[in-house]
Amino acid sequence: MSNRDFAPKIVAFCCYYCAYSAADLAGSLRLQYPPTVRLIEQPCSGKIDIRLLLQAFEAGADGVYVAGCLEGDCHFLQGNIRAKKRVNAAKKILDKIGVGGERLEMFNLSGSMGPRFAAIATEMTERILRLGPSPLSTADKGEEGKAE
Amino acid sequence: MIVAAAKPWEEIMASLHGMHKVLVVGCGGCVAVCLAGGEKEAGIMASTLRMQRKLQGEPVETEEITLTRQCDPEYVRELGKKLEGVDGILSLACGVGVQVIAEHYPNIWVAPALNTKFAGATLEHGSWEERCGLCGDCVLGQTGGICPIIRCAKSLLNGPCGGSQDGKCEVKPNECAWNLIYERMGRLGRLNQLLEVAEAKDWSQGRDGGPRRVVREDVKLDD
Repeated sequence: MSNRDFAPKIVAFCCYYCAYSAADLAGSLRLQYPPTVRLIEQPCSGKIDIRLLLQAFEAGADGVYVAGCLEGDCHFLQGNIRAKKRVNAAKKILDKIGVGGERLEMFNLSGSMGPRFAAIATEMTERILRLGPSPLSTADKGEEGKAE
Repeated sequence: MIVAAAKPWEEIMASLHGMHKVLVVGCGGCVAVCLAGGEKEAGIMASTLRMQRKLQGEPVETEEITLTRQCDPEYVRELGKKLEGVDGILSLACGVGVQVIAEHYPNIWVAPALNTKFAGATLEHGSWEERCGLCGDCVLGQTGGICPIIRCAKSLLNGPCGGSQDGKCEVKPNECAWNLIYERMGRLGRLNQLLEVAEAKDWSQGRDGGPRRVVREDVKLDD
């Protein structure tokens, strides 16, 4: 698949108090960002666990990011710090098995940062476009090819 | 609790080589508390296994189940209905759980996903330290509740060795157990108790004579 045909699937786990509001704001401001990002609202970025991140990749995501509040501003005090640690642990797993930890990232922003939300969506999309489709989806196609 | 930690991933992968369907079994006991082998860890391990095998072109099917405890037969028997078509079991229990599964299912391969480390306590979330040497003949009553068997590098019974400096052990940067004992006994006004010489410990109660067993006739079910 050439890069031109590749429309990445990116899952964004967004904290309700910051990134999700920032996404609303980006919409109100009529900011354009790539339609590659699927938002999943979370009560806090600290709700994220490694299992959920891996599940997203298994279910076909080419990239995943967690967007939480600015450090020091978490509504639940430390949720974003804990999320960062779990994201880092999941990155190691993805590196180890060959999916690639680069496909997963943690971002911090506040609810008032609509333009930053759009910039993060663009940045992550560009990164995944550069990396290409997830090796897991390529492996799927390989299996289908074998079946044929 | 029994504290355990995940084995190196390559070792786990090698132990499941060639299997097409694996039952990943978590344990809801000690290893769930020390965040090594509970339901969440079983899920992470199963997902990691599926993804890596898919990338290697050898996809594997997994089933996951987390038993209340893997060291009790009544829970391990629950696995029976999950075993159809399963080539092997990956157990996230301590060494006890793995063996109980092996004893109950003699015809199926069981691999450990964890290294069983020690009987220990939580120091803080994410940090555990050994507290009991399972010696079978507890001396905590003589040492103010601080175990010299496991917390002293030499398991000394009558005071510190010459390597104790400023309250620290010479072997590891740990507190000297005998310094801790001395301070505690002093605080409790029981220093005189330390003048009693402890005789050679009865190590026949220890773990060097094959598996130990405790039998309680009063609680056995004879039906």
